[in-house]
Amino acid sequence: DPDCKTEVVLLACGSFNPITNMHLRLFELARDYFHETGKYKVIKGIISPVGDAYKKKGLISANHRVTMAKLATKNSDWVEVDDWESCQSEWLETLKVLRYHHQKLLSADVTNSLQDAVPISKLGRKRKREPSRHEPIKKKNQSPVVKSVPQVKLLCGSDMLESFGIPNLWKLEDITEIVEKHGLVCISRAGSNVQKFIYESDLLWRHKNNIHLVEEWIPNDISSTKIRRAVRRGQSVRYLVPDAVRAYIEEQGLYSPESEGRNAGLLLAPLHRNASDPRSSRPL
Amino acid sequence: MRSRIPVILLACGSFNPTTNMHMRLFELARDHLHQTGRYQVIDGIMSPVSDSYGKKGLVSARHRVAMARLALETSDWIRVDPWESQQDTWTETVKVLRHHYNEALRAFQSKELMRGKHPTEGSMEDSLSCQQPVLPELKLLCGADFLQTFKTPNLWKEEDIKEIVEKFGLVCISRAGSDPSQFIQESDLLSKFQHNIFLVREWIQNEISATQIRSALCRGLSVKYLIPDSVIAYIAQHNVYGAQRERKSQG
Repeated sequence: DPDCKTEVVLLACGSFNPITNMHLRLFELARDYFHETGKYKVIKGIISPVGDAYKKKGLISANHRVTMAKLATKNSDWVEVDDWESCQSEWLETLKVLRYHHQKLLSADVTNSLQDAVPISKLGRKRKREPSRHEPIKKKNQSPVVKSVPQVKLLCGSDMLESFGIPNLWKLEDITEIVEKHGLVCISRAGSNVQKFIYESDLLWRHKNNIHLVEEWIPNDISSTKIRRAVRRGQSVRYLVPDAVRAYIEEQGLYSPESEGRNAGLLLAPLHRNASDPRSSRPL
Repeated sequence: MRSRIPVILLACGSFNPTTNMHMRLFELARDHLHQTGRYQVIDGIMSPVSDSYGKKGLVSARHRVAMARLALETSDWIRVDPWESQQDTWTETVKVLRHHYNEALRAFQSKELMRGKHPTEGSMEDSLSCQQPVLPELKLLCGADFLQTFKTPNLWKEEDIKEIVEKFGLVCISRAGSDPSQFIQESDLLSKFQHNIFLVREWIQNEISATQIRSALCRGLSVKYLIPDSVIAYIAQHNVYGAQRERKSQG
């Protein structure tokens, strides 16, 4: 019964500096996984590039990163780019981005429900003329009980999950809310330590039902760092990033030794922000 | 200044189907040869094996050539050549090399003939240039696993291996973890011609096996971003890999 499936939106946060075929694969793998459970329906994928205020070394302007992500998702009918996060002047915690998209989803959902409802008066008239035409009126996706609320889940690789353990990078209460209220979809390659990492954390263990682990059997290590390195060295990155992205990088002359040096010596925004917060150094 | 040696790269295989990794091999090989300063890669050829190879799960050459063609649409230097696939019987790799080398030689010679008849306008120096036009070389592009098959008893004729490494040359792509140089050292024949065996390390791991692709397709799983969109569309349109369940993800 399609009405019983929980609707899911996959949200990927990250630098996307640049976006690669591996990033795009994460969405495909996650969607297949959820659909195979028979309990979920993935309705959208969102790529949310981080803002420049993140201050990561080598991070080029958000304008370029957003443009490349849009070029990359041109041919996707369900994955899109959202630049809200990248437009903020201050760095935003991932949880805030999750909350924003969750809120957006809830309001959109309410609007959709209202739009699908057929006005009563109109209905009355039609029933007289064509009795068989209208089924008992049912709002789109409405089930007899309260329809399950669509969920926004954070899509990531094992490196992000394991970064929960880096002191001062995440606030413990943020991680808690992420796994408790939203959920994580973590794609990892065969042989990774992700299960052990979850096992060793009481918090993650408690919410392991909301941490979906998806194994990627096709070894794929197309990291943005390696792409930038290859570009600096004049090496080809064809077939590792979408062709439109490759062309854009070339046209715009992105990724040089200079761009790689950006933000060198600066502290990553979350480390800076959480440094004075004793709560951040609590173990996971 | 010595001019660069023109090189043609030839990859033989099932290409069942062509994946992003197949095409990466060409890009890696070209970059590597260019960075030596001694070579200029002028052509890349993908040569799908003929149906008579008899490998399990091998779909018709017609499809494999069509898919390769679609995959290579965006490439300005790699092309698919159906010659091998059109032969009635399976063709030894060395014969495929010889065929394409002769073709390249023919093209080169007719180009030289044209140059002789119609010297380029402009400076006299061009036609009086003492720079000898350099004969092109054809090299076999492969992965490290291919190199290892030289060890398999009765699979190769010794004289074929010799001709491949002596007359043509190998460009062998291996993944970050492995290093085939030891394998070469352990073989008298291969170490003798190691100057003609180019080992290229792929640091960006991207091992998209065609077998896994076919398996994913059978299970209705996505292969987007692993093989070109045009090939995905072709496979769906022609039902190339047999009974595929309606992709669950379209639910």
